[in-house]
Amino acid sequence: MIEGSQQYWRWREYHLVFPEKRPKQSSIITAGVDIGSVSSKAVIMVNGEIYSISIMRTGSSSPDSAKKVMEWALKDTELKLSDIHYIVGTGYGRVNVPMAHNTLTEIACHAKGANYIWGPTVRTILDVGGQDIKAIKCDEKGKVLSFLMNDKCAAGTGRGMEVLADLLKIPIEEMGAVSLNVDEEPEPVSCTCVAFARTEAMWLLRRGWTKEKVLAAYMRAMAIRMCNLLQRVGCESELAVTGGQSKNVGIISRVESLLGMKTLPMPEWEKDGRDPMAAGAIGAALFAKALHEKAKK
Amino acid sequence: MPFAGIDMGIQNVKVVILDDDGKILARSISPSGFEPAKAAEQTFREALSNAGIRRDDIKHVTATGAGLDMALEADSTISMVAADAKAGVYLLPSARTVIDVGAEESRIVVCDERGNVLDFTLNERCAAGSGAFLEAMARALEVRIEEMGELSLKAKGTASISATCVIFGETDVVSLIHRQEPKHEIARAIYDALAERIISMVHRVGLKPSVILVGGVAKDIGFTAALRRKLEAEIFVPNYPEYAGALGAALHALAKAGGNIQ
Repeated sequence: MIEGSQQYWRWREYHLVFPEKRPKQSSIITAGVDIGSVSSKAVIMVNGEIYSISIMRTGSSSPDSAKKVMEWALKDTELKLSDIHYIVGTGYGRVNVPMAHNTLTEIACHAKGANYIWGPTVRTILDVGGQDIKAIKCDEKGKVLSFLMNDKCAAGTGRGMEVLADLLKIPIEEMGAVSLNVDEEPEPVSCTCVAFARTEAMWLLRRGWTKEKVLAAYMRAMAIRMCNLLQRVGCESELAVTGGQSKNVGIISRVESLLGMKTLPMPEWEKDGRDPMAAGAIGAALFAKALHEKAKK
Repeated sequence: MPFAGIDMGIQNVKVVILDDDGKILARSISPSGFEPAKAAEQTFREALSNAGIRRDDIKHVTATGAGLDMALEADSTISMVAADAKAGVYLLPSARTVIDVGAEESRIVVCDERGNVLDFTLNERCAAGSGAFLEAMARALEVRIEEMGELSLKAKGTASISATCVIFGETDVVSLIHRQEPKHEIARAIYDALAERIISMVHRVGLKPSVILVGGVAKDIGFTAALRRKLEAEIFVPNYPEYAGALGAALHALAKAGGNIQ
């Protein structure tokens, strides 16, 4: 990479296949495709277990993004698209998933996915996606009971974090850890607007604040927003965090300390694909299995 | 003896000088820059020289604006909401709703015939409802902000974007460019989005005619056209709308220190 042109906002795109889950003759093969505003996720399941997963940046066209992320998930699997019995599309671009047999809201899919990732004890889900923050309550089966979402505002969302990463020149995946590297937690910034952060963060830096302190002040303000939403929906244990920000330790640790409640631990997703960032696609693939079984009856 | 009002705006410092009768003697404006206090001093001196008077001639100075604490020595201060109400009724005696769209903040102020505030709502700490939105969108569209208004007037209204957040608005504009939507149509969509946002604020307090539009963004013909298209009321735009805050402050100085008008 050429120095000075580093793309700080860029996060890791990946594709994982778990060959031990390889389908047999009678297996039910389903898929979930979640086209978010920032990232696209595809999960292929065999008999309701993750066989392949892919996560990549969403392009300017939702149908193209859906095709690409699905092709990537199929890579190295011995499967063709036509081998998949049922596909459910979800997310912001769900109406533009051309290969989907059905579409469902990302709220239903995230609850279902969180139930799969952490088990039936999940009652509240904080989903921090590319362009919105949602607080979802669900039952032991992962069925949605109620939910709230913020007004469309980039503060605290994945997109907002990307802008902050570029602004402060800190690689996005390191921001959480960097924000914890302060002697004392600063007061939250009074203005969380990401557009104004371009000038406000510069102003704080000129006043002698370190990058770490500026970031800590922003992360704290964003964690407060998330906690407000959680409290409005009625946060009950156990609490799971899904979406891209589930990997942001700066946000997670602040949410935990503000709520006085632990969040469910990050699973070892590299071993089995249970990535909370892909909770929507995982839930969609599970719904696909249920819909396929229903259709066969 | 004359009176002065100074508006410490986020983008510009504005000064208005009034005589005993409430007649405007001089106006002056300059960018706030990195040292607003210096900019204020400079702008004030310019206004004095435009009016052909000395500092000692000024009987009372009132300051307002977001950077109030940076203002030069003022005899009193007034809130931006109160300044808008006073200026609105001065500029248009029948005005009961003042819409002020500034560089980084917007206000809707409902007032009585004497310029007293009855109700108001603010858009603060969010760039989406202010001039900052237009600036960010012009950058995304790669047109000069000064040219975007004119450009938007050629459009028919085939495109739309959402103005709930500058960051997402930028994405909307980029995807419209990818879809090869003509620039003038995107420009109009940008103004329509801001106008809709402002109108939703108006509905929060309830519209009372007559309506006057002030603030720096009132000079943008693209925005005034969009607001007129979308608001179900006539809108009066005064000359020098960007001076409304300073004018309101000067009117406060006049009322405070005694003049011939209330």
